[in-house]
Amino acid sequence: MGMTLTEKILARHANLASVEPGQIINAGVDLVLANELSAAVAIAVMRKIKGASRVFDASRIALVADHFVPAKDAQSAGLARLMKEFAAEQKIEHFFDVGRGGIEHVVLPEEGLVAPGELIVGGDSHTCTYGAFGAFATGMGSTDIAAAFVLGEVWLKVPASIKIVYSGTPGPMVYAKDIMLRTVGELGIDGATYRAIEYHGSTVDRLSITGRITMANMAIEAGAKNGIFHADEKTIAYVKERTDRPFLVERADPDAQYERVLKIDIGGLEPQVACPHTPDNVHPISQVTREDLPVDQVFIGSCTNGYIDDLRVVAKILDGKRIASNLRVIVNPGSQKVWMQAAQEGVLTTLAAAGCAVNTPGCGACFGGHMGTLGDGERAISTTNRNYVGRMGSPKAEVYLASPATCAASALTGRITDPREVVVGEAALAAEPKGAGV
Amino acid sequence: MEATLRGRAHKYGKNVDTDVIIPGKYCSIVDQAELGKHALEGLDPEYTTRMEPGDLIVAETNFGCGSSREVAPIALKGSGTSAVIAKSFARIFYRNALNIGLPIFESSEAVDGIESGDEIEVEPASGIVRNLTRGTEYRAAEFPPFMRALIDAGGLVPYVEKRLAEG
Repeated sequence: MGMTLTEKILARHANLASVEPGQIINAGVDLVLANELSAAVAIAVMRKIKGASRVFDASRIALVADHFVPAKDAQSAGLARLMKEFAAEQKIEHFFDVGRGGIEHVVLPEEGLVAPGELIVGGDSHTCTYGAFGAFATGMGSTDIAAAFVLGEVWLKVPASIKIVYSGTPGPMVYAKDIMLRTVGELGIDGATYRAIEYHGSTVDRLSITGRITMANMAIEAGAKNGIFHADEKTIAYVKERTDRPFLVERADPDAQYERVLKIDIGGLEPQVACPHTPDNVHPISQVTREDLPVDQVFIGSCTNGYIDDLRVVAKILDGKRIASNLRVIVNPGSQKVWMQAAQEGVLTTLAAAGCAVNTPGCGACFGGHMGTLGDGERAISTTNRNYVGRMGSPKAEVYLASPATCAASALTGRITDPREVVVGEAALAAEPKGAGV
Repeated sequence: MEATLRGRAHKYGKNVDTDVIIPGKYCSIVDQAELGKHALEGLDPEYTTRMEPGDLIVAETNFGCGSSREVAPIALKGSGTSAVIAKSFARIFYRNALNIGLPIFESSEAVDGIESGDEIEVEPASGIVRNLTRGTEYRAAEFPPFMRALIDAGGLVPYVEKRLAEG
C-alpha cells in the first residue's frame, strides 16, 4: 500500500519500511527547537531526568529567544538568561538571542536549519511551519521537548492525512493568507485534529515559498499535527542557498491512502477575514465590511506574515500616504534579516513615514505578551494566526485576522477595509505575484 | 493516577483554548501554584475563587486547542483542578496533560450527563466516571496501550530514563 508524504518521512525516521495511520513509532529527529518559554520548562524537566547530563547532539538543537524579547520584565529576562546559560553549557551553536535572530519560525528556514524530508519537533505549536519545505514538523510541549533534547527521538502516532487540492485563480489582492483562512474556515478549528494536511494543486504549486510558509504555519489552526507541501525546484533552490547539508526529497506514493480528499476551488476568491473569536470564523471581506468596524490597532508581523514579501505589500499600499488618525499600526519584521532587508529597501522608512511604529522582531504582540497588547474594548485587525478571546491582550478586545494587504488597507481608512477599494486597477493585479501571494 | 478523584463539576463549551486557560501574559511564570491563580482566567475569571480543590472541569469537544504551552495543564493542576473530562482534546494539550500528570478523560456520554455543580467521582485506573448527584455512571475511553504504559510508568521522565538505560 502506498504512503502519503507524511508517512514516507515518518517511516524513514523510524527505520521502518512502511507505517500506517494510528501506528505508534519512535522517530529520530533532525532538529529540536525551543524558545525561551518552552526551553525554560524543558530545561527544568531535563535536569530531573536521571542519567541525562547532555543533549543528544548539540548541533541539532535550536534555541531562539523570541516570545518576551526584548525582556518585558525581570521574570522573562530570567527565562532568556536560563536558556542562554543552557546553550553555553551544552555548546549549542544555534542559539539566537535578541538582535541576532527573530521569530523562531522565520529564523530557522533563513539559517538553513530546515530541509525537505527532515523531521523537526519544536516547543511551539507553529513548528508546523516547516511543512512548507516538505519536512515533517510538529509542535509539542516542554516535557516532550526535554525528552527529544536527551534522546534525539520522539514517540509519535502516525496521523491519517487529509489531501487538499486547490484549483483556480483567485481574484485581485488575494494572498496565501486568504487561501489559508478560507481553508481553516472550511475545515473548522478541530477539522484536522490528529491529522496531517497535505497541500496539493495548481494554485499552491504557483505559490512563493513565503506563501507556502503562511499556509503550513496555520495548519495548527485546524488542529492538524502537521501541514506539508511537496518540495519543488523553488524549495530546493531556497534551501541550497542556505545550507550544504544533504537532504532527501520525499514524495507521496501515487497510491497513497488519504482519509479525506478536500477540493477547494479558489477561482475568483475574494480577500478573507477571520472574525472574533476563532480562526475558523471566516467570511469574505465584502460580508465583513457590510458592518462599519473601526479599528484601534493594526498589527503586521508574526511567524505567519512577518516576511519581507509581506512588508513589501504593506509598504506598497501605504507608500506616500498617512495611516488614519484614529488608530496605531505596529509592524514587527519577522527576523533581524527581514528587518535589515526591509531597511535596505526603504520599506521601513515608507512604513515609518506613513505613521507605523516599527518594532524589533519578536512574538510579543501576537500572543498578548507585550509590545502591542490590546486594551478593554479595543478592536484590532492583524496578520497573525489566532484570535481567541484574550489572545492579543484584554479578553474584552476583538481580533480580526487578515492578509497584510487587507490590514494595510484598513490602516489607511481606520476601519476594516477591502484592499480592492484602496488599490485598484493594474496596481492590484501587479501586487499579487510579487507578494506572499499566488 | 490511582486515588479516586472527587469534586464538583464546572462545565464549559467546545474549543476551550490555551489562551483562555492561561493567557499569554502569564506564560513567563514557572511556579505551578502561581500559574494556578490564573487558571481559566480568560474564559471564567471567577473559576479559581468559585472552585474547591478536587473539582473537575467538564467540557465539550477540542479542549485545549491552540498553543503548545505546557503551562496550560500546569495552571489547571496548580489551581487544584483534579481532572478534565471532555468529549475530545486537542493533540498537544493531550500529550502535555499526560506528561505533567493532569488526569484527563474522554467521554461524550459523561459530558452530556453532567451539569455544573454535579458531584463527580472518577476512578482513574478504570476510567469510570460517576455522577453522584444524578446516580449515573460512565466509562471513559481507554488509553491506547502505549499511552497506558507511559502513564503506568509514571510519565515521560521515567520512560526517558528507561530508554537511556537501554543505551
